[in-house]
Amino acid sequence: MRFQPTDEQKALRDGMRALLARRFDAGALRAAVAAPGPDRELWRELGAAGFFALRLPEAEGGVGLGLPEAVLVFEEAGRALLTGPLLATHLAATDVPGAADGRTVVARADGGLVEWLAEADVVTGDASGAVPLRSVDPLTPLHRVPEAVSGPPDPVAVLLTAAEQLGTATRVCELAVQHARTRIQFGRPIGAFQAVKHLCAEMLVRAETARAAVYAAAVTADPLDIAAARLLADEAAVAGSRDCLQVHGGMGFTWEAEVHLHLKRSWVRSQRAGGVTESEEMLAAELLG
Amino acid sequence: MDLSYTPEEEDFRARLREWLAKVLPGLPPKPRPEDWPGRRAYDLGWQRALHDAGYADVHWDASPTVRLIFLEETERAGAPYVGANFVGLLHAGPTIAAEGTEEQRARWLAPILRGDEVWCQGFSEPDAGSDLAALRTRAWRDGDDYVVSGAKIWTSHAEVADWCELLVRTDPAAPRHQGITWLAMPMDAPGITVRPLRTLAGSAEFAEVFLDEVRVPVANRVGAENDGWRVTMVTLSFERGTAFVGEVVACRRVLGELARAAHANGGWDDPVLRRRLGRLNAEFRALWRLTQWNVSEAEGRGVPGTGGSVFKLRYSHARQELYDAAAAVLGPDALDLDRPWVLDRLSSLSYTIAAGTSQIQRNIVAERILGLPKGP
Ligand SMILES: Cc1cc2nc3c(=O)[nH]c(=O)nc-3n(C[C@H](O)[C@H](O)[C@H](O)COP(=O)(O)OP(=O)(O)OC[C@H]3O[C@@H](n4cnc5c(N)ncnc54)[C@H](O)[C@@H]3O)c2cc1C
Repeated sequence: MRFQPTDEQKALRDGMRALLARRFDAGALRAAVAAPGPDRELWRELGAAGFFALRLPEAEGGVGLGLPEAVLVFEEAGRALLTGPLLATHLAATDVPGAADGRTVVARADGGLVEWLAEADVVTGDASGAVPLRSVDPLTPLHRVPEAVSGPPDPVAVLLTAAEQLGTATRVCELAVQHARTRIQFGRPIGAFQAVKHLCAEMLVRAETARAAVYAAAVTADPLDIAAARLLADEAAVAGSRDCLQVHGGMGFTWEAEVHLHLKRSWVRSQRAGGVTESEEMLAAELLG
Repeated sequence: MDLSYTPEEEDFRARLREWLAKVLPGLPPKPRPEDWPGRRAYDLGWQRALHDAGYADVHWDASPTVRLIFLEETERAGAPYVGANFVGLLHAGPTIAAEGTEEQRARWLAPILRGDEVWCQGFSEPDAGSDLAALRTRAWRDGDDYVVSGAKIWTSHAEVADWCELLVRTDPAAPRHQGITWLAMPMDAPGITVRPLRTLAGSAEFAEVFLDEVRVPVANRVGAENDGWRVTMVTLSFERGTAFVGEVVACRRVLGELARAAHANGGWDDPVLRRRLGRLNAEFRALWRLTQWNVSEAEGRGVPGTGGSVFKLRYSHARQELYDAAAAVLGPDALDLDRPWVLDRLSSLSYTIAAGTSQIQRNIVAERILGLPKGP
């Protein structure tokens, strides 16, 4: 049992992190708030790096890797708050021409919502009657599909969403700790106060518990493990972002600081693929077995 | 990322399962909680059975993964818990193994493994709990003995123990962490008074231990004089390793029983209760994965890492939530001590206190893992 990522998996993760640090840094994030994109050039670069074709067999021009690798790169995307319909395009890699290499941007109707409908080249699923709404997340344009009938959620969509949430949970913990180390009040770093310190500790506990659940679900691909991972990761991302906001004080409430972007994105993701209740019901039903 | 076991590990699992299926039906009935001599005999008898079958030292010598399999399978099969052997197998034994002399290992380890002797842990004092280094129980040298006076508290299994791993202050003038010594104290020595304390669950699980000029041979000192703090830290790191594996397995079983009880009494129709149980299912699945994560990490390093604190924080809270959910399933019956889970709910309250409170664990996580400034 070697649960931790292998050296190859770490290299893949580090490569994605480096690419995003270079192509989607703090400045790019701020620019995206004014003009969300998606940045077509970056999209093709992601395509070239295998982000969308990762799980396609090599014979079909893909990278031939599996869910664990997909989870690692989606975690990085979540960490960086990367914008655009990443999940929809990744899921369309087999069926929509151009999706695999990032030439085609794909949106996906999911339950009553479609992310990035107007900006995408292709939409999968039934988005008829979609009306735009004023999205709470400035980095995710949304449409509402009032009459949507939703089938059972796609476990891969649930898992990769959980992976993005895990990235957020990790990132907001880092941001909170950085701030707690450097912000001085009462003559000492606020991280010396237990009320702050313990918020940070709980953020880490939630993130690391979620990590074990998400990575294990990627290995087993069991829908129940995936449902569990999503519950833990949603909680880690949403509660973590809120605690991060609290640790930042007044700054956390500003449009300027990036904290709110993490919180709002994690809210968007928790609506995906059947939402939290679907996963809870599935896990409840299993107990009666 | 790989969650599979090696053929050798699977073989170990299969042989263990087979053995458990053979011996468990022949076990004597479980003694009642207040029957201390009965509990001692039962727990030691189980350890002897493990010993004779070659499983005695799985806590010490086996790889973390084999230990995980052992704890998982024994719990699955409903085998007895370590019980009175806890301190011997998981604290004192590993400490002696790591820090003791040849003679000390020969004297104390075999009886622990064979199920002949019970150990207790005399660390906490009335004025030294979370702040263990504040301990004041004094020990003076007198010839070949230490003479020990003071008081210990919350000592689990003190009533039935043969030995106590005792922390004493040998140099009151030294800085707090540098004047402490680790002694093995025979519990039948003159001058020891054990006064059982009743827990909120009604039973006497721990005791006060008063020490009035108790003579402990210098030969019973493990590690150097005044080096007891370091010796102790070795012990505590063992405590936070795989100690809760069996319990996570047990919690998952209880959760299934709760769901069936809710289904039978109509509670299941309440979506709030149902989803609460679904969420707990996610929680304990995740805790199992976190255990595997920590074990896999320890496999690489040989010692449990800081992951133990992360686990303990999450687990002790989850366990309390599990039994609160049980109360929600039981409704008014949650007030009846003769109902299943009601006593477990009470004892779950100790989990956020014993072996380092949740507040202390959060300090550890924040300071040692996240690198936040140290508190007082
Ligand atoms: C069931 C059970 C079995 C036990 N068995 C044993 C045993 O066999 N041997 C043994 O030696 N001990 C044993 N203990 C003792 C246990 O280790 C202590 O209870 C524990 O370390 C806490 O110490 P305390 O009870 O003195 O509480 P205190 O240290 O007085 O703590 C009281 C409260 O203050 C908080 N607090 C204290 N310091 C800080 C701080 N720096 N920052 C933030 N909050 C703080 C605590 O978190 C807690 O909420 C047992 C305890 C229990 C409940």
